[in-house]
Amino acid sequence: MEPAQQQNLKTSQWRESLRLGWRTLIGRAYPRIVSAAREPDWVFYEVALPVLQVIAFGFVYKSLGRPQYTGFVVLGGAMLAFWTNVLWSMAGQLHWERQTGNLELYLMAPSSMLWILAGMAFGGMVATLFRSIVILLIGSLIFGVTYQIVSAPLLILIFILTMVALYGLGSMLSSLYLMYNREVWAIQEVMQDPISLITGFYFPVRALGGIIGGLASVIPLTLGLDGMRQMLFPQLGQSFLPPGIEIAILGVLALLFLVGASWSLTYIEKLAKIEGRLSLKWQ
Amino acid sequence: MTAAHMHADSPAIQTIDVRRVYKSRSGFTFGGQKAGKSVTALDGVSLTIQKGELFGLLGRNGAGKTTLIKILTTLLAPTSGEAYVDGLDVNKYVIPIRKKIAMVSGGEQSGYGILTVREQLWMFAQFYGVPSQAAHKKIDQLLEAVGLGDQANQKVYALSTGMRQRMNLCRALVSDPEILFLDEPTVGLDVEASRIVRNYVRSWMQEQRGRTVLLTTHYMFEADELCDRVAIINHGQIVAQGETDDLKKGLQEHARFQFELAEWAPAFEEELKQSRGVVSAQSMHQKGKVSVQIALENEEYITSAMQTISSAGGHVLTLRRIEPTLEEVFMRLVGTADDEKSAGEDEEK
Repeated sequence: MEPAQQQNLKTSQWRESLRLGWRTLIGRAYPRIVSAAREPDWVFYEVALPVLQVIAFGFVYKSLGRPQYTGFVVLGGAMLAFWTNVLWSMAGQLHWERQTGNLELYLMAPSSMLWILAGMAFGGMVATLFRSIVILLIGSLIFGVTYQIVSAPLLILIFILTMVALYGLGSMLSSLYLMYNREVWAIQEVMQDPISLITGFYFPVRALGGIIGGLASVIPLTLGLDGMRQMLFPQLGQSFLPPGIEIAILGVLALLFLVGASWSLTYIEKLAKIEGRLSLKWQ
Repeated sequence: MTAAHMHADSPAIQTIDVRRVYKSRSGFTFGGQKAGKSVTALDGVSLTIQKGELFGLLGRNGAGKTTLIKILTTLLAPTSGEAYVDGLDVNKYVIPIRKKIAMVSGGEQSGYGILTVREQLWMFAQFYGVPSQAAHKKIDQLLEAVGLGDQANQKVYALSTGMRQRMNLCRALVSDPEILFLDEPTVGLDVEASRIVRNYVRSWMQEQRGRTVLLTTHYMFEADELCDRVAIINHGQIVAQGETDDLKKGLQEHARFQFELAEWAPAFEEELKQSRGVVSAQSMHQKGKVSVQIALENEEYITSAMQTISSAGGHVLTLRRIEPTLEEVFMRLVGTADDEKSAGEDEEK
């Protein structure tokens, strides 16, 4: 075959692979997006309950004579929805998919599992974004929060980088969770509340000090929230790091977690094929 | 040699001395495992299934059927030996193999209950890169073919077990696979649903030459009805394989016949036993009729046996040859294998 023909073949295969990946992404995202509209009880569990929590913390700040911090709480409450989504619908998801038999079918498909994870992430992000906006609106109305946007492009960049890094982390955890089985519930529970505390959902992470704040920065929401708060509430100060540094760290985290997800997925799939963990539900 | 060249004239499925050993875990540490008990699920399985065949793999629970399917569907690595799908090594050509295959398991609960049947099938079609328009066209055809045309917009969670399994069959076929793995596809289904599944599998194979099915089942009549050839697996080893008729003939030491008589005289049985070529004769009285089963050294002796009855004054109403069933073949082979195994174990003790 001529070099030009080989190049054309490679290009065509690459395009075909990309097309397959895109279709997989859309296919897997679809159930997540439509389920939000078809399960009305999510309004109670995923909006009403978080709003109650936001209200509780908001009144704590008000009673302490710091009503200006209610904006911190409202934004934290809105972003907490993403963390919950990543924990329960990304990290633990492949474990549940194995129980139902979906995992076998996903793996048997010619598309890469990374596209399946990307679809899960995209679908989860879209569905959660809507919930998050509802929490933000209700919280803002209740406490009369005013936002002073410093830079809309930077705000959007921080949000996007936070999402990519966060869902990258979720993808990485999901493949690692395949190593665990019945222990998944316990791990999820352990991760939920401590992480909510140290990432500063309801207070500035700066209050935790440099060491704990630095450690908490491994979770992308820590710096993401801090950066977004700097972009929305500049008058309050309380920043942990300058926005430029936070953006750079978030970019590195996003890259690390995406590469980590790809590596861990390949590694776990290989290991699981050798040990038989993809299909043996009882193990 | 490239993957494209390797599968030109290859069998649909080939395994050469495949072994699979599971090591059960007594405890878990991240990145490793503690030593545990080993279980040999497959022990030197060699099979060849040609393109266009509907091949049955029969065995008890835990015989190794599902393990073999998992290896062929690239979900599990063989511990040793070689396995090929359309000439492609399952260890090396994972993606090319996945483009050609699909699987349906019995009692499968895959997908998402919140989706409609149509959406569920569309979603799986996307994982195979089927364009949406083509996918919807194919979905309509498949749903009509399995009698689910009016359920296309029904939510998956509302389907009965039989409907769900028919949908699962459509899910497997929506990507137009060349090789279909059916792992006990009718388990738990009622008679009607089982029949629809079986009939559609057969017609799907006939639609296009070269389509291949590997079916595992507990139901011997299902294998007998559907399969061109079968293999019987026991304790991870193939104990017999071939066309069902050949396996049955192999089992039959004597030609067996059954005939009904209008009247019975005790002398008939004695006369028959003394007749040339008759190995045994046994009479049964049921609902006012007399039924006699005879075993002959050779089927040619049936003429002389009938003459013996006529000479003794008997009047034969019906006559039919008794063929052994696949179930008898299975029980004989699996039972024998188990007897030999336990005898061997006794000797070792």
